[in-house]
Parts: sequence; structure tokens; C-alpha cells
Amino acid sequence: MKIRDRLREFKAGMAPTIRESRVMLLRIKKSPLSILGVSILIFFGLLAVLAPVLAPPPFKGQDPWRIPKDGWMPTPRPPGTAVTEPVMVKAGYTTHIFGTAQDQTDIFYGCIWGASLAFREGFQVVGVALIIGLVTGCLAGYYGGIIDELLMRFTDIIFAFPALILAMALVTALGKTLDNVMLALILVWWPSYTRVIRGEILRVKQEDYVEAAKAVGCSDLRVIVRHILPNAIYPVLIVASLDIGAVVLSVAALSFLGISGVPAGYADWGQMISYAQAWIAGGATLTKYWYVFTIPGIFIFTFVLGWNLLGDAFRDILDPTIRRR
Amino acid sequence: MSTLIEVEELKKYFPITGGVFKRKTADVRAVDGVSIGIVKGECFGLVGESGCGKTTFGKTLIRLYKPTAGSIYFNIPTNVREEIQKLRNSSQDSSRLKKLRKQHDLSIFKGKKLKRLRRKMQIVYQDPTTSLNPRMLVKDIVGEPLKVQGLTRGAERRKRVLEILNKVGLTERHLYRYPHEFSGGQRQRIAIARALVVLPEFVVLDEPTSSVDVSVRAQLLNLFQDLRKDLGLTYMFVSHDLSVVECISDRVGVMYLGKVVELAPTMELYREPLHPYAQALFASIPIPDPTKRKRRAPLKGEVPSPINPPRGCRFSPRCEKAIDICRREEPRLIDVRNGHFVACHLIS
Amino acid sequence: MKNLLNIEDLKVNFYTYEGIVEAIDGVNLNLKEGETLGLVGETGCGKSVTSLSVLVLVPTPGKIESGKISFEKSEKESLNLLQQGESALRSIRGKDISMIFQEPRAYLNPVYTVQDQISEVLLHHSKKELTEKALEEIEKDLSKKSLKHFFYKLERKLYRKMLEKPNSLSLKILSKIPIVRRYERRLKKESKKEVVRILKEMKIADPQRVAEMYPHELSGGMAQRVVIAMALGCNPELLLADEPTTNLDVTVQAQILELIRELKGKFGSSVLYVTHDLGVVAELCDRVAVMYAGSVCELADVMDLFRRPLHPYTIALLESIPRPGKEFKTIEGEVPSLINPPKGCRFNPRCTKAMEICLKEKPRMIEVEKEHYVMCHLH
Repeated sequence: MKIRDRLREFKAGMAPTIRESRVMLLRIKKSPLSILGVSILIFFGLLAVLAPVLAPPPFKGQDPWRIPKDGWMPTPRPPGTAVTEPVMVKAGYTTHIFGTAQDQTDIFYGCIWGASLAFREGFQVVGVALIIGLVTGCLAGYYGGIIDELLMRFTDIIFAFPALILAMALVTALGKTLDNVMLALILVWWPSYTRVIRGEILRVKQEDYVEAAKAVGCSDLRVIVRHILPNAIYPVLIVASLDIGAVVLSVAALSFLGISGVPAGYADWGQMISYAQAWIAGGATLTKYWYVFTIPGIFIFTFVLGWNLLGDAFRDILDPTIRRR
Repeated sequence: MSTLIEVEELKKYFPITGGVFKRKTADVRAVDGVSIGIVKGECFGLVGESGCGKTTFGKTLIRLYKPTAGSIYFNIPTNVREEIQKLRNSSQDSSRLKKLRKQHDLSIFKGKKLKRLRRKMQIVYQDPTTSLNPRMLVKDIVGEPLKVQGLTRGAERRKRVLEILNKVGLTERHLYRYPHEFSGGQRQRIAIARALVVLPEFVVLDEPTSSVDVSVRAQLLNLFQDLRKDLGLTYMFVSHDLSVVECISDRVGVMYLGKVVELAPTMELYREPLHPYAQALFASIPIPDPTKRKRRAPLKGEVPSPINPPRGCRFSPRCEKAIDICRREEPRLIDVRNGHFVACHLIS
Repeated sequence: MKNLLNIEDLKVNFYTYEGIVEAIDGVNLNLKEGETLGLVGETGCGKSVTSLSVLVLVPTPGKIESGKISFEKSEKESLNLLQQGESALRSIRGKDISMIFQEPRAYLNPVYTVQDQISEVLLHHSKKELTEKALEEIEKDLSKKSLKHFFYKLERKLYRKMLEKPNSLSLKILSKIPIVRRYERRLKKESKKEVVRILKEMKIADPQRVAEMYPHELSGGMAQRVVIAMALGCNPELLLADEPTTNLDVTVQAQILELIRELKGKFGSSVLYVTHDLGVVAELCDRVAVMYAGSVCELADVMDLFRRPLHPYTIALLESIPRPGKEFKTIEGEVPSLINPPKGCRFNPRCTKAMEICLKEKPRMIEVEKEHYVMCHLH
């Protein structure tokens, strides 16, 4: 008896969510750019998940993100060249689809495995920075007064530093590992979330339903988490989704400047481009070895574009109360 | 006819900061010394124009704001009441008075005591669109007070929520919906359900019918009457709409610039207002009868700022009948006949 | 008395996300010269949209589908406002027909002073009169002995040119050159004087000080007077008032109603007053039109309407006015959604006297008594 009731409750509870999701899907369908953004991200998601299938690591026992090398020649070979390394041939590789980079690292392999790394970088940095930003922003916005002053001046100090340079300094100080790079980016990134959420909280704080919640006896924590945050978070989510792409670009920029946490030959798009620095020197080399840096570049570009389009789509979709004319 | 709430010299000031170091430069004296009593079971109407402090008074009464000064006594036994009165009149700074106040005076409650108090006093806001959390389902909005006050669990809570929703005219179908899926009148009913689910004794109705259509207004007013009888509530109906207040209230108080200037049973007040401001106020209402048109606007000028209220009687700058004493001394609210209170030098 | 404004069969639709809202479904109204016509109805009945349609200012996604709005601009000219081009409309708006709105501070630009905003209207429409006044001042200055004679003579030349050819290219160029354009100062001074004069007409004490204030410094009543000053600044023939006193306190409302009455007499304008408050209608209007769900259901003299209401909706509306001691009478049901309005007469779901024909056919507006029109099958 009880189970049947509970099931009915569950279905009834899901009904409004289903209704809202339907409205959301309808809106996504109406905007072709949003569909494009979502498709791009689904594509990269599949790449990340199916990497072991699409590009099986030939050398067992090795870190799968280390790009396998086919030979010892220093100059890159163009797309279409045959694979010579017998271990790789056994694993199923016949041709280098995108060619090879310096030291014969397979570009195809690198790009495929780079997807999961890009996701990891994006989510980790944005995720942690978002949490820090939310906590500080909520405290500053809700309590105001001296807490607000102190937190905001602290974030102002961090804002005063040029972001990339501060990140470089931190990485150099902490040591060049991928985790340190991400830590540095988190430390540079969280203040912007603080600012955005604080502004939204200041706006939502004044709404009647917040006062009504206090009239009912809700504790401060409950008011913030249950009443203010769900209404204040939309702009932050939009910024966050746009930022995931920006993080990947920043890591790529840092790699290019030599401050990479990832060793050479690793399947990270930014690292691959950095690795190809020698071949970007002008003239004949630029056009002859274009595949070494252009192809990873296209992957980064498309990945960031997908997140940007998704961020725009979020802006139009997320709030169930906004009705478009 | 017992007194449910007794208010003594309640004041609520909002500080204004200015200057580089944000020091306090002045106060907005929203409520500046109000002393009234609210009878159990009555509907007490509070009228006045914008800026008079009626909404602030209602909210301070239920401790949404912390009073700057004054006392609020909620449902205390008569002997305690008398003792406090005696101690206050003797104007001795006795520790006994302090102890009694700590126990009974709402204006200084905090923490758990304050939270438990919230069970007895609730509020319904003016605009149902902004007073309901747009991201919460109706069942959560109405169920939250029960949850926060720790009154029920699980199935029992659901039962209570359904009960109160039925009382305001909504059904089980409405539980799993968001506020924006309802009309204005229905949203206000949800807000009423939220206020009443904890079965309070006293409810402040802050202009609850101003933001809804005329036809819905009448439905809501009938609902308020029914609920009052059904649940034994006491209301404070704050409004600037004098005709609505006339129909629903037993007694009415008129506020001007932070003070109550007149207080009387409804029929008597509307038939014969004594205070010049109340007279002008009632004379300004447009009457839906084209044969009774007014020639002149009864009141000139504008309401002064509550930051710097005029000296003496606050209405004296605009009062046509003001005499010398009006500009020097503030009149006190006194009973001139049978529960008809007026604060005016001309009357007393 | 002749008709100043005549609305015939107006239809306005709103193309929204959820469907087509048939906001106005065949409205017929006429406004006589010099009278105050009240337009009453609940929220959503279309009264605001009607008044906006007169100035062809219906906001998107609204679109005026069909109808005719004739406006007697002067003795000979009768224009169909719905067929005028933008520039013709712009010369009418603010000058021949003005509008005031519900929330005055929302309709005042917060970064300009009161003076600047009212001057804007004056300079756009009354430039000729101001130029003439300026020329008078120049003559006065010339008659006095002064060293600046040369400049005054130059100014006189420029202002004379302004009178003859207000759109001349040379003037336009000169008004852009930094130091030379100081000649316009005189014009601005004249317009400021005019602003102070108008504010005084609005019964504002200390108009000079108020003229230099910003909108956020004004109280509700003061702001509404400023908006009325802007609207009446150029002596329009028709004033459209869209619930101007709804948001004001009752004592301030009484002051503004008195002001509108006086100004109407002084300026000789006709007023279309939109409101939901029957009390205000009784106070102010000569004739009343009652609207429900997109059409006018009754149109009569104000005395007749209150004494002998004919349409069931009007009767119900008058009965629902709260009276002390009696129980609150309500109108059963709610205002229908106009995306899928009821067939036939739109009031039939809530009408206590609905007959079969009311569900099928929409009634026509007929003159039941002298100057008392009803749109109902009962008559």
C-alpha cells in the first residue's frame, strides 16, 4: 500500500519538472545555435567517453594520455602516412589520420584523448572556483557590513593582478604539474563568481518571499540556500558555462608560454600546440607543417565555441518563470 | 473581550548613513511612538497614506523588524499585565520589571523564543507575485512553515497542507505546481495558506487585496471573513483603500507620519471623524455617485518627510484649524468617548 | 457638439509565445469636443491598449489589425490616425493629442531635470512661438545701450532666419559648431521661462526650484503634475489619461483630479480618462464607456449609467462596490483568457442572464435610449 502511494507521489513530484523540461527543450529547438552548441558538446563528450575505443592505447602499461610515438624522426609527417611501429599496427592503426607531430607523436590520438582532459580541466577549475565564489559571495551579499567590506576588498586585490601573469607566477612558485596549474587558475578565477553572485544576492535579498521566509522562522542558512540561491544563481551558471571554454584556452595559453603542467608528448591540445612551436616559424614551414598546430587548434576552437553557444542557450532557457513574448 | 496584543510607545527608526565613513546622520522615523491595544478576535483596520508607517508598524509588531524602542505584549495574563503597569507607573528601575519584560515583552525576544513566537503571528503580503518563491512548488511553500517550526513530519504534514489548501479554496491538483502557473487571486490564496498553516492567532494583512482585480478582491475579502470565524483569528488589516477597510474592520486606526491620530469603531469613525486629518482623508475618497461631486480637494500640500517631522502636532503645518499650542506641543491619544481615541488639542 | 475623436471597429491582436491574444475585438467609441469621457473596466479588458491605439503606440507584439480612428485636427481636417505616416503622427503626438500614464516616475527620464524634459516637448512643437518671443527679447536688448550690439544684431538675423526657414541647412551646421551655437541659448532661456510658467499653472509651489529637480527627488503627486505639465505644455486638443491617479494616495488623487478639472476648463482640452475606479469616474467624467474583454459593452452619460445601468456587467460592477454592513458581492468566475475567448458575447460565462443566443452570436451596439448605447442581446 505504502509503496504504491510513494510511487504516485514520486510521479506527481516529477510532473512539474517534466513540464518545465518540455518547455526548455522547446526553446532549445527553436534556436539553431543552441542546437549547434549542444551537439558540439555531445560530440566532445562522446569523444571523451569513447576514447579507449576510438584510439586504443597501443602500449599496454603506459599512461593512456601519453601519445604513442611511431618512430624516431624529428620532423612531422603529413596526414595519410602509414604507421610503421608494429605495436601500433597490431592495435589497429593503419594510417596517421591527422599526421604526426614532432617525434612522431600521432596527432589523431592526441586530439581524441585531449577531449577528456579538456573536460577535466574545465570542470575542475570552474567547479572549485564556483564553490569558493558562491560561499564568499553569499556571505558578503547576505550579511553585508564589515564582512562584505573585507571580502570585497580582498577580491579587489586579486582583481588588480593581470590574471594570466598571476597564474604564471603561482605555477612557477608551486611547481609545474597539471594540478598546480589548475590550482593557480582556481585562485585567479573565483573572485569573478563572488562579484556576480553578490550582486544577484543583493537583488534577491529584498524580495518579499525572502522576508516571508524569515517571518516563518527560517534560519539564515535555510534562507540563503533554499530561497535566495535558487533565484540568484542563473547569471552565475551562464558565466560558468562560458568560462569552461575560457579555462581550456587559458591552460593552452599557459602551455604555449611554457608554463605547462603537462609534460611534452601528453595528450593535451594546448600542449600539442606548444609542442609545435618550432614549426610555426614563418615561410615554408608554416604551410608545410600546418597540420601539427592547426588540427589541435580546431579542436580547441570548436570545444570553446560549443560552450559559448551553450552559455547563450542557458541564458534563454533556464528560468522557468521567464516567458518570452 | 480580552486584549490580545498590547503595544506601548512602539518606535521603529531606520538610520540613514552618510559621509565618507558611513556614519549615521539621521533617522527615518517610520513609527514614532504608537500605543494601542488589539482585541482578541477582532479585525483591526489600519489606514493612512504612503509614508505614514502603517506597513512598518505591522511588520514591527510581528518582529520582522526589531523595534527601536517600546514594548509589545502578546496574550499575557491580566495579573502580569497589571503588575507591569504598576511597576512602570512607579517609574522605579526595578529588577522585577526587567525580569517580567524579559519574559513577556516581545520586543526584546531573541533566538528560540522568537522562533516559537513566529508560530503565533503571521503575515500576508500585498503582492502575491513577489511574496512566493518562484522556484518552489506550492506544496513546499505551504509546507515550509510546518517544517521549519518542527511541527509535523511526512504524511501528517501533507495532510495539514492539504487541509489548509482546501480551506482557501484550492485542491490537491495544485500541490505540484509553481506559483507562476496560477492567476493573481489564486497566488494570494497560496500566500494565505502559507500564513495559516501553522494555525497562528494573529495575522497581519498588508494590503492583501491591492494587487488583484476588483472581482477577485471581493472573493478574497469573503474568504478572510470565513477564515476568521473558522479558525478564530485576529487580524490587522493594513490598507490605503478606505472603502475596503470600512467593510471588513471592527475598529479602525488612522496613522499620519508615524503616529496614530485617531482610533475608533468603524462605523463611528467613518460617520464622524474627529481629527482634522481623518476628516480630510475621508472627504477625499471619490464617491461612486455622480450627484455627490466634490468642489475642492479637501487637503492641500504634501506629506512632510519622516526624517524631520514637524514640531508639535505633526499635522499642524497642513491643518486649517491649527492653533498656537498645536505647533508647540504634541497631542496625546486619549479616549474622548467610549473607545473613540483622538490625538488633537482641539478635541481634548 | 461635434465629435473630436471617433473610433470605429478597432481590432488589435497581440502575437505572443502562447498564441494570438485578441485584445481588442471591435471597439466603437466617440469623444465629443470639450467633454471628459471615462473608460472603465477591469485589468485586462483592453482599456489601456485602446488609448495607446489612438496614438498608434501599441507595443510589439501588438498589432492594430483593422479599424478607423478619426481625429478632427482642426476645423477642416479630419484624419484617420491609423493611416498616417510616422512623421505626421510625430507632429500630432504631444501637440494635438497628449498622453499621461500611470506611474509618473517611470515615464520621466531619470538623468534629465524636469526643465530639460519639458523644454524638449516645447522646443519640438512650439519652436515658432519661442523664436518669436526670443526675437522680442532681442529687440529689447537692442534698444538698450550696450557693447554687445554687434552680437545682438547677429542673433536677430539668425532668429529671423529661424522663423522663415526653420529647417535650413546653414542653421543646422551653425548649431553644431561649439562657440557659435551659443546663439541657441536665448531660445533655451525662453523655453525655461515657459516651463516655469506652465509649472505654476499646475499649482506647484516654488516652480523655479522644482524645475531644476531630478525625477527621483519628486514625490508621486509632484511627478504626476510634471507629467501633466509636459502633456499640456503645447495645448493639445485631446488628453489621454491612462490611470494617472491609481498609484497615488487618496488625498493626492483628490488634488490631481481637481487640477485636471481646472486645467480642462482653462486649456479647453477634451479628456479620455482610463480607470478601473468607479468613484473617480463619478467625480470627473461627463460620459462613461464600460469595457469588458476587448469591447465596449455600455456607453452612456454618467448620470444615466449610475442611475440606470443596462448591461449585466455594468450592473454587476456597480453592485460589487463594497458597501459597509452588506456582504461583498462578487462577479462569479474570472476574466477570460483572450487567447481563446468565449464564443458569442464574451461575458456569457459569467452573465446571470445569459440566453442561448449569447453563446452563439456577438451582440451589436445599439442605442437603447437617447445617447445610451448597450451591446447586449437583452436589448
